[in-house]
Amino acid sequence: MTQVLDFEKPIVEIQKKIDELKKMSEESGMDLNSQIEDFEKQAQDYKKELYSKLKPSQKLQIARHPERPKFLDYVDLICEDFIELHGDREGMDDRAIIGGLAKLDGKPVMIIGIQKGKNTKENLEYNFGMPQPQGYRKALRLFKHANKFNMPIVTIIDTPGAYPGIKAEETGQGAAIAMNLREMSKLNVPIVSIITGEGCSGGALGLAVADRVMMLEHAYYTVISPEGCASILWRDASRFADAAEALKITSKDLLEFNIIDEEIKEPLGGAHCDYNVTASNMKNAILKALKELSKKSPETLKNGRYDKFRAMGRFVVS
Amino acid sequence: MTIQEWFDKRKEAQIERRARDMKGIEVETPELWTKCVHCGAQMLKTDLEENMFVCPHCDYHFRINATERIKQLFDEGSFEEMFKNVLPTDPLNFVDTEPYAERLKKAHAKTGLDEAVITGIGKIEGHKIAAAVMDFDYMGGSMGSVVGEKVTRIMEEALKQKLPMLAVTSSGGARMQESALSLMQMAKTSCAAGRLDEAGILYINLLTEPTFGGITASFGTLGDIIIAEQGARIGFAGRRVIEQTIRQKLPEDFQTAEYLLKFGQVDIVSKRKNLRKTLANILDMHGV
Repeated sequence: MTQVLDFEKPIVEIQKKIDELKKMSEESGMDLNSQIEDFEKQAQDYKKELYSKLKPSQKLQIARHPERPKFLDYVDLICEDFIELHGDREGMDDRAIIGGLAKLDGKPVMIIGIQKGKNTKENLEYNFGMPQPQGYRKALRLFKHANKFNMPIVTIIDTPGAYPGIKAEETGQGAAIAMNLREMSKLNVPIVSIITGEGCSGGALGLAVADRVMMLEHAYYTVISPEGCASILWRDASRFADAAEALKITSKDLLEFNIIDEEIKEPLGGAHCDYNVTASNMKNAILKALKELSKKSPETLKNGRYDKFRAMGRFVVS
Repeated sequence: MTIQEWFDKRKEAQIERRARDMKGIEVETPELWTKCVHCGAQMLKTDLEENMFVCPHCDYHFRINATERIKQLFDEGSFEEMFKNVLPTDPLNFVDTEPYAERLKKAHAKTGLDEAVITGIGKIEGHKIAAAVMDFDYMGGSMGSVVGEKVTRIMEEALKQKLPMLAVTSSGGARMQESALSLMQMAKTSCAAGRLDEAGILYINLLTEPTFGGITASFGTLGDIIIAEQGARIGFAGRRVIEQTIRQKLPEDFQTAEYLLKFGQVDIVSKRKNLRKTLANILDMHGV
């Protein structure tokens, strides 16, 4: 059964009522169809209203929903013939970042994503979607492969952040991310990035210096997790809802600041309610973007990518 | 180990811990005197200043601001500031326990600076070089839109004039109050560093106390040569975050310049007094 979020409880209550009416109607033979329809319409309207007006802290819950589709689900639903390519060639295959060759609508692409688990066992394998420097270096190796063989790159991002650990520091977590930011700006092939769940900090950006950056409707993208921000600025991690509000982390906010190019709609209730619809919306968005980008020369692409990030920021000149 | 040795070791660790906690906090003793936060030695403020803010007794390197850093590194009067007219705003209308707009005003009042980085062109022993020098006293040296913009502009200027580039970092990371706009400064500055790289322009990083988060994960570590000042703490995640995540004790010298050198993350660890000469030699050997 799907995990119910606190703000979804009223919907569950209405659904219960509907089920009761249906049962009553069956048992007693009474015709309650018009009442049932009425309730169902009410439930639907309520849902639409609720999900169109979610607070940032509620979106956080959807973005982190344990049943939310993960990178490998999208690979399954969007691509054909995925061939995973492993390892950084320097001693490690970070499982939090997975990548490889695949066909998208019949054409080869390099698809790379941050993978989270759906249960404890999987999460231990994927380190809760927190990559090590070796994961970013594996991604860079695959970026360069794509560049060499002229394949577009698709990255799928869902991470609470790069892993804060001893070995990660000793092997250059910061430097590994920095190198990806720099090298992505030099690639000659189209790059499309989608933030599908959590887009936290440099750990997310390390795969997202792209020509088109998109976000799923209930995903979030931020410089620091709302909890981290609250514990520093409010000195109280439990104020995360205030931080989520202040940090302007939703797709609507980021569209407004020109940080993302497009929002991808999710089915009512969130991506986990219908994997197929979510994946199909994503696939359409990726194909449309790649079609536009493939018309551009490598030079135009590179310059366009530079100019896109060059223009980000708000300041005044006196 | 004898009991006496054990006590001595413990005391030493205590002093170090206290020094770490106190780093950057000025110890107020009346008028002319000051006290080393590391060894506790009393000294004249002028003596400390003359010694480049390095304790003459224990060699502890005090954190210094951007103005002092420029004075120490560049030939006298050679540094010309650029892009001083790029100023911060409050694009998110961010309020935590205090409005961001207020924090900006306070930071200005405290430091006399308009932002957390000074950019410009100067000379190091005659070698002309473009530079970005960060100031931790201005909101923890954090990078928001203005820091990202100024660093990018000075890198583009270096590219235009074919000058070598130096970034002196001292920062807690990206500025939370500008959220994703700050995050994007990491991409922006790294793209600019990419252009320097492609053009074969020498780019040097000087990492100073402290350099963390979004700075190490962007232009702060993209140099062709990375120098770290003795004793500086450098890392991606903060010590406390790592401790909370892995629930184990970290090595005493974790994330220090010396520790990173051991793990191959920096080219050189230098004492403050040698920095200028080292930089000049490097520039000389690259013929710039």
